[in-house]
Amino acid sequence: MPSRRRGASGSGDASAEGERELLSAADLARTVARVAHEIIERTAPDGGTDPVVLLGLPTRGTYLARRLADRISEITGARVPVGTLDPTLYRDDLRLRPTRALAETELPPGGIDEAIVVLVDDVLFSGRTVRAALDALRDHGRPRAVQLAVLVDRGHRELPIRADYVGKNVPTNRTEDVAVRLVEVDGEDGVSLR
Amino acid sequence: MSTPESTAHDETGIGLRHLLSTEGLRRAQAEALLDTAAGMEQALTGRAVRKLPTLRGRTVVTLFYENSTRTRVSFEVAGKWMSADTINVSASASSVSKGESLRDTAATLGAAGADCLVVRHPASGAPHRIAAWLDRVGHSHLGREGHVAVINAGDGTHEHPSQALLDAATLRTRLGQVDGAHVAVVGDVLHSRVARSNAHLLATLGARVTLVAPPTLLPVGVADWPVTVAHDLDAVLDQGPDAVMMLRVQAERMHGGFFPSAREYAVRFGLSQPRADRLPDHAVVLHPGPAVRGMEIASSVADSSRAAITEQVTAGVHVRMAILYHLLAGEDVA
Repeated sequence: MPSRRRGASGSGDASAEGERELLSAADLARTVARVAHEIIERTAPDGGTDPVVLLGLPTRGTYLARRLADRISEITGARVPVGTLDPTLYRDDLRLRPTRALAETELPPGGIDEAIVVLVDDVLFSGRTVRAALDALRDHGRPRAVQLAVLVDRGHRELPIRADYVGKNVPTNRTEDVAVRLVEVDGEDGVSLR
Repeated sequence: MSTPESTAHDETGIGLRHLLSTEGLRRAQAEALLDTAAGMEQALTGRAVRKLPTLRGRTVVTLFYENSTRTRVSFEVAGKWMSADTINVSASASSVSKGESLRDTAATLGAAGADCLVVRHPASGAPHRIAAWLDRVGHSHLGREGHVAVINAGDGTHEHPSQALLDAATLRTRLGQVDGAHVAVVGDVLHSRVARSNAHLLATLGARVTLVAPPTLLPVGVADWPVTVAHDLDAVLDQGPDAVMMLRVQAERMHGGFFPSAREYAVRFGLSQPRADRLPDHAVVLHPGPAVRGMEIASSVADSSRAAITEQVTAGVHVRMAILYHLLAGEDVA
């Protein structure tokens, strides 16, 4: 059951049948900025003793991680290493569906050992993607701590996983779709529910 | 469980039940396999633990009726790196030597729990027969759930699809893309399953393929292949091919005089250093191995930076991981 899909409608006009806008492009920018501030507050990337690494979960988490890193460097002047981690090969639902294409995995050159790794994804739903990502991380090294940042937490967790940074909490019905659109992938920014 | 978060990936799979030949493989399927192979390489680079949990609990049996080092090891490593249980059966050390038929052996391995048979056999078409038998007897008859995927790891002089895929993967890495590349395949085409698999796959991927061989070493029916045929290596090298794939002279399959002497073959069809020097700077030299140095390829060429022979072996593991992934990781393809 797809939880996100490329948006068909433009942001703001919410014209599609039963579609409700959750975040406009401007809202999304403000939300990313706020989460960036929260990450700075919690991890002190500009003066703390532990290096901070942002790892996005493909596809949209990767772009969100890059945006967060850009905001953090604008605010603090410190450049935070960004990478992307595809958890597909660690999923527990591979046997339930046709094989998926693999997405990009690229860890920052410095690696993740002893770093505070912030996983970044667009929507937190069952928690299974994050569980797979945690398993994948374990094979790449040993971070000092792992945190989770998501743009939207839509509930319905199937595992004991919670986010450290949440852009927006959205109560949803299981059958609804949370569609996150990012300029880099979809040509526009916005989040809607349908 | 049916509501995972990430659906940015394709939802359809690539629709592959067995991998028996590159002839008939669709371009989208071939490209998906190559993309996945690149993803496997990425997933494994620079990490301490070269192990993925993807095929945990799946059993891969390699069933080899012919000798092999690189292909079998490559499949075995690919399976192990994805946590599959891999078991090697060689014909000489199994009930095959007691006279068990191919069909019974395959059915036995399927009933014993193999999810995938990687088959090498001296008879062209043997893996196809096994796949057809296993599909027909069905799962319930084998006392198991799920079908048994068959991978052709080389059948006689017919096909060797995983080799062609790893060659294509190597070309993609070296040249940037296969589409539009000119690839010369040189040597014993008649006995080469590698040549046939490559001719079909590279053509499917948009490459221009020229087979270069003496007329005695070209198979009947080569006119129907999607290739150009030439007999003069120097003339083809003057066209500035992007890649030259040298084939091994398969003495073990030759029962007669296909060329006057090894010396004459080497002079006319061997890739000597002077010949390699005439290639464009970017051109790649491939050899499926095992290479007979001094025969089809000069030692200095095989060891030059132009040669991608060891890269081919490395690509082979990633490509075979991709094949196993698409055949075994997802739900069964109806």
